[in-house]
Amino acid sequence: MMETLEHLLSEHPFLKGLDPKYIQLITGCASNIRFDAGQIIIREGEEADQFYIIRQGKVALQIYTPTHGSIIIDTLTDGDILGWSWLIPPYQWRFDAVAIELTRAIALDGKCLRNKCEADHNLGYELLKRFSSIVDERLESTRLRLLDVYDKD
Amino acid sequence: MSVSNQHDYDYLMYMIKTEEKTIDNSVLTEMMPRWFPVKRVQRNTHDTFTIDLEPPDGNFKFDPGQFNMLYMFGVGEVAISISGDPAQEQILIHTIRAVGSVTKRMWELKKGDYIGVRGPFGTHWPVNESVGNDIVIIAGGIGLAPLRPSIYRLLANRDKYGRIVLLYGARTPKDILYRKELEGWRARFDMEVHVTVDRAYADWKGMVGVVTTLIPRAHFDPMNTTAMICGPEIMMRFTIQDLHKRGVDYENIYVSMERNMKCGIGFCGHCQYGSSFICKDGPVYPYSAIKDLFVKREI
Repeated sequence: MMETLEHLLSEHPFLKGLDPKYIQLITGCASNIRFDAGQIIIREGEEADQFYIIRQGKVALQIYTPTHGSIIIDTLTDGDILGWSWLIPPYQWRFDAVAIELTRAIALDGKCLRNKCEADHNLGYELLKRFSSIVDERLESTRLRLLDVYDKD
Repeated sequence: MSVSNQHDYDYLMYMIKTEEKTIDNSVLTEMMPRWFPVKRVQRNTHDTFTIDLEPPDGNFKFDPGQFNMLYMFGVGEVAISISGDPAQEQILIHTIRAVGSVTKRMWELKKGDYIGVRGPFGTHWPVNESVGNDIVIIAGGIGLAPLRPSIYRLLANRDKYGRIVLLYGARTPKDILYRKELEGWRARFDMEVHVTVDRAYADWKGMVGVVTTLIPRAHFDPMNTTAMICGPEIMMRFTIQDLHKRGVDYENIYVSMERNMKCGIGFCGHCQYGSSFICKDGPVYPYSAIKDLFVKREI
């Protein structure tokens, strides 16, 4: 089981090129998980103690508004990474995440990883570099949507 | 005054014929609108509609990507891309967004009305030139309309191409253009279709995110791909960079540009873009030909 997870993690683009010893360390914090359609994966305000590598499925990142109900701010699918609040104090989720369809993922224990990163800053730096790249992509996507380019001029 | 019945139409034809005697015929052919009866009007979304026109000569030839100048008598003229099937010459189709004074009047058109047509003008998508390649079509908003004729032509000659991928981004689910047709294309085994919207409520089960986020998900061989992009300029800018990042050469990326087109034949200069005129040298350009202009401000 652990070998399979290790293989899956080493093949994932997010961890591509990472030293095998670090893959092994990360695998120690990983587990397989599945969410049914409609299942809430994370909820705003709750402790951010995990993050997920989506293997297959579709997840809506949502924010609840009193006037319009839940608004989808992003959709994540095969290969995407869900959640980075486990990395940043106060380690609380800022949004909701709901499985739109049956979703299979690898869950990574945030506390376990934080401890390993504290113990080995090289691992911490490698992970931060990878998360920065995701944050950069999502920020660019958000900025583009802020422009509302399809609106009437 | 709008041309709303046969009497008005006959009167206009009389006026045009009278004018013809005093104006150079070669100019007439390109500058004088011909009057096409409206055969059908369809509402696509809350602000977008499609009009089917009946060519007075019985057929109208064009290449995918070309546009016409459509004239609402007494209101004005606008450049609108042709959005129908180039193989169906007996119907001329335009999809229009009711956004300005002319197009808002066009929104009120009904079967039997007449509008003026000049064209077709401009360059076309490299459909025939891309035989053997994978084709990636990326559209944003109403940008799907100018690309639809190329999709029809590609699918009519499906065995001549590799993978055909359509990536489409819209503002919200209710802004999705040609929804039924998109569903039909998506159901095909020989075409890959991804749709995303910029914003949606929780009842939307599709993707939310900018159209560029679809590029890494699409299956195509970047080394042998022709990409055709149409949408707001800023959307095209980011799309080009993401395609290039994926490995598509700039020479194989084509964009459709938009400026204030007036004469349609490169006389008036309203649509000047660097040393070219979009109405004549465009609207479809290989990105490599306008790369330097594309990033230049105030052009």
